[in-house]
Amino acid sequence: MLSITDLHAKIGDNEILKGINLEIHPGEVHAIMGPNGSGKSTLAAVLAGRELYEVTHGRVTLNGKNLLDMPAEVRAREGLFLSFQYPVEIPGVSMVNFMKAAVNEHRKHRGLEPLSASDFLKLMRERKELVEIDAALTNRSVNEGFSGGEKKKNEIFQMAMLEPKLSILDETDSGLDIDALRIVANGVNRLKRPDNATVVITHYQRLLDYIVPDFVHILYKGRIVKSAGKELALELEEKGYDWIKEQTDQQ
Amino acid sequence: MNSTAKHTANDAHKRIKDGLIDIYLNNLDLIEEHSSPLQNHHRQEAIQHFRRQGIPDPQSEPYRYSRLAPIFDRSYEKYFAPKNTSLSANDIFRCSLPNLQSQLALTLNGFFHPTDGSKLLTLPNGIMLGSIAQAAATHPQLLEPHYNSLAPNTTDGLVALNTAMAQDGIFIYVPHGTTMEQPIQIINLLQASESQMVQLRNLIVIEDRSQAHILVCNHTLSPAPFLSNTVTEVVAGSNAHIELVNMQNEHNQSAHISHTHIAAQRGAQVSTNTLSLHGGFVRNNLHIALLGEGAHANAYGLLLADRQQHIDNSTLIEHAVPSCTSHELYKGVLDDEATGAFCGSIMVRPDAQRTEAYQSCNNLLLTSRATMNAKPQLEIYADDVRCSHGATVGQLNEEALFYLRSRGIGEHQAKLMLMFGFAHEVVQHIGIEPLRHRIDELVQLRLNGELAHCHSCPIQHAID
Repeated sequence: MLSITDLHAKIGDNEILKGINLEIHPGEVHAIMGPNGSGKSTLAAVLAGRELYEVTHGRVTLNGKNLLDMPAEVRAREGLFLSFQYPVEIPGVSMVNFMKAAVNEHRKHRGLEPLSASDFLKLMRERKELVEIDAALTNRSVNEGFSGGEKKKNEIFQMAMLEPKLSILDETDSGLDIDALRIVANGVNRLKRPDNATVVITHYQRLLDYIVPDFVHILYKGRIVKSAGKELALELEEKGYDWIKEQTDQQ
Repeated sequence: MNSTAKHTANDAHKRIKDGLIDIYLNNLDLIEEHSSPLQNHHRQEAIQHFRRQGIPDPQSEPYRYSRLAPIFDRSYEKYFAPKNTSLSANDIFRCSLPNLQSQLALTLNGFFHPTDGSKLLTLPNGIMLGSIAQAAATHPQLLEPHYNSLAPNTTDGLVALNTAMAQDGIFIYVPHGTTMEQPIQIINLLQASESQMVQLRNLIVIEDRSQAHILVCNHTLSPAPFLSNTVTEVVAGSNAHIELVNMQNEHNQSAHISHTHIAAQRGAQVSTNTLSLHGGFVRNNLHIALLGEGAHANAYGLLLADRQQHIDNSTLIEHAVPSCTSHELYKGVLDDEATGAFCGSIMVRPDAQRTEAYQSCNNLLLTSRATMNAKPQLEIYADDVRCSHGATVGQLNEEALFYLRSRGIGEHQAKLMLMFGFAHEVVQHIGIEPLRHRIDELVQLRLNGELAHCHSCPIQHAID
């Protein structure tokens, strides 16, 4: 589904991604862990199409299509979704109008007619229930005045609305209390299907108790330095990142 | 400015002033004939004030961002009697406000335009709506205490010019303890084959414990250049509630100067919303005086400008007594080479303790050629006061733009959504719900570049 080959990216003169390789297949959940500054969020932003970063080398395909050639909005329509670490507040833009525009752009991309107003509201209602988001939140402006937990729930709600093929959750657990974490994780699990895949970027193992990964990758200094099954996350929780750093720095 | 240029500018101002005074003197009989004794009573003194001040020049601080000489220095036809016209508003005018049942009043080129033969309508609950000249002739006792009581003839030559020359306009009267359920909609139309200068004079009296929502629409119906110089005095009695929405939608050859002076008594709630959606040259002066304890003012404004349009708002919120509050929010979106200005003064008089006054002015510049001048000005002479002000001029938020795009929304649409959201923060304060939705639609059309005038207005289609 997603294939990353020797991906290099920089911001200004600072190279942050230094050769990422990763294969993700439908139905899989991948966790990307790593110490602060290792490039986790940069990888998410580069995949989502943030122009702030310049890709200097490498290739990324999503279902066989060259992802790097597409502007951010086309990547989204092709099925890529980024749950932001810091969702942006947009005063004056209502959640309803925002989601209506987004859903209909996705439909247009697939050659479908826009949803009628009533079908759209029905879809909103269903998906709100699915991810246990407070109904009132969607009556407000996008993320405006939302608490940290509400913002993250809203990300998962948008994911539920857009039904992406590949979801990247960037530090979705940061700033969440345990109840909000459980709701967010439940939402993600309910959206899991054999034909979609999820990448969970996290610093801590905690989230992985709820969203159980098939693979865990450790990113350090812009490279994936270790990949294994879910037991790797537990090992990291126990031993910290220092042993990985030492191992890598020695090589 | 070098001294030669300064002389030329001074010459222009003197020529304009003398020209206007000549017109006044040469047409005084006609001016007075088509007005009322009450209004005529104030003319002589007003023209003296105008003679002393002339039109404001760029050296005068309140008008430093708006050059008036080029606007006045055109040849305008002026006529001093209502034009005979076939405009039958009742049949053809349906200003597009779905679901809004409003009480309508029309002016055409500065004169009240009766839609049902009557120049002054009196509703069963005593509310009056109609021609100010008519009302001043038939009900002088209602107007006399208020007419020309708020207009600053001595400090603004344009106001003095209006007092001297204005013949007609709208009078609204809402007696004690009366609520006007339907919004009142005033539509000021400009239509002429040749360029016109129009002086419109309005008086709105909302007595104690009364309520009214008033929407004023300003439209040009023909392509000739227009200059309108409008003075509106608003008296809000104790615990009165008034909402005044002023929508400006005129063509690029029009110049629109408005002076709105509002006095709020004890406990009165005043809300103004000045929406400059389209216009070649716009200057809005707004003065809200909070004269009784517990009075509250909301002053909202939105300007959308492109091409070489110029929109300038100058506001003064005056806290004259203790325990009043005011909240002011002006926003602007400027494209192409448009220029905008906002001068927002808050004056807290000595003894006006426990004042709360907040002001912000936020602007988006869509090109590097657009300019905006924002100048907050606080004068505080009391010590127990909470005041804040902030002005921003910037570009669209890149983070927000990316956020929308990351959900599949194309860049162009995402930008429109952000601009719309930016403007909506002003529009959302409009209290008349159908109007709020309609304004949202108009803003959307405007940002799409599709608004030259209100689309579903049949009058305008008829003219097109």
